[in-house]
Amino acid sequence: MTSPPCAAAARPESPRALFVAFTGLALQGFGGVLAVVQRELVERRRWLTNEEFIEDWAVAQVMPGPNVVNLALMIGDRHFGLRGAAAALAGMLAVPTLLLLALAALYAGFADHPAMAGALRGMGAVAAGLIGGMALKLAAALRQHPLGWPIAGALAILTALAVGGLRVPLPWVMLALGGAACGLTWRRLAP
Amino acid sequence: MTPLALEWTGWLQLFGYYLGLSLLSVGGAISTAPDMHRILVSEHGWISDPQFAASIALAQAAPGPNVLFIALLGWNVGLNAAAGAGAGSGATWGWALAGAAVCMLGIMLPSTTLTLLATRWAHRNRQRRAVRAFRLGLAPIVVGLVAATAWVLGRAHGVAASDWPLWLLSLACGLLVWRTRLHLLWLLGAGAALGAAGWV
Repeated sequence: MTSPPCAAAARPESPRALFVAFTGLALQGFGGVLAVVQRELVERRRWLTNEEFIEDWAVAQVMPGPNVVNLALMIGDRHFGLRGAAAALAGMLAVPTLLLLALAALYAGFADHPAMAGALRGMGAVAAGLIGGMALKLAAALRQHPLGWPIAGALAILTALAVGGLRVPLPWVMLALGGAACGLTWRRLAP
Repeated sequence: MTPLALEWTGWLQLFGYYLGLSLLSVGGAISTAPDMHRILVSEHGWISDPQFAASIALAQAAPGPNVLFIALLGWNVGLNAAAGAGAGSGATWGWALAGAAVCMLGIMLPSTTLTLLATRWAHRNRQRRAVRAFRLGLAPIVVGLVAATAWVLGRAHGVAASDWPLWLLSLACGLLVWRTRLHLLWLLGAGAALGAAGWV
């Protein structure tokens, strides 16, 4: 078990706390958990700073597997080793899976109701907004980036255009833009 | 459901498919959905097209990580296999649960093991220049990807001329999240209520 390298203000006190925290944020995450993770772990519980969150998220993103699940594993493992990783993973998946299967069993009866379809539309629009707002918050962390904010910001905008606008497959974006970004940062970090 | 005769070799094939897919699912589970459709629906006929579509829509609308739609796909395979085996109503739920477990274990096991090993290594070597450059260097890419996700979700709204209330709702939520600490569930609740009332 390694101690966290954090400047973060707080840390989970037990694997049980991890399980509870990740169950709570998984259950708040409609249409994906990303926006909730940042709000809960960085702003409310202060287990991570914004910068640490972005770095962990980058690693969670390039590893195979669901991003939020990878992030839960990493945070759990860092604080309590394998027990923490298992607690965080179980928190992320156990209760939401049971809830989803129960919903699926109920769904058949209401699938065609127009209010149901409308509510799903409304929540979809909110989910898009939540993630957009989170992108703006994270962008603030680029001000301290070793490349300087103009280059870091340009890389972020290029990535958004490539993936969101041109629909370039993620592996290519990671190789080209991610490779360039890491290479430039590597040169800037020269001892 | 569509009755289906699924031998144990079929279950093994399903498990093996997800084990392999796990290591390819870089960038989130939803990016591998097209391939799952190819295997589960087109190639093997383990589930029907409407079952596939409903699984994804339901999982997106329900709370929790998106990857849970895979549990739902397995659930449906189990239901179909139970119908094919002529199982009673109690046993049917058992089959469905087994299907969900097979698919989730398959998709989770390889990727979680690899992630755990790789991040432990990176954490031990976090002072190395290459590791620092990798983690810091990807930060702008991550910010861009988050923005792109919002963009892709927002585009599902359709044309601005007729769907402008949806755009307005997304924009307002984005600003509220950026500038206030309002609880996210209030925003989602408001979105659901506005949608159910037919205003957006």
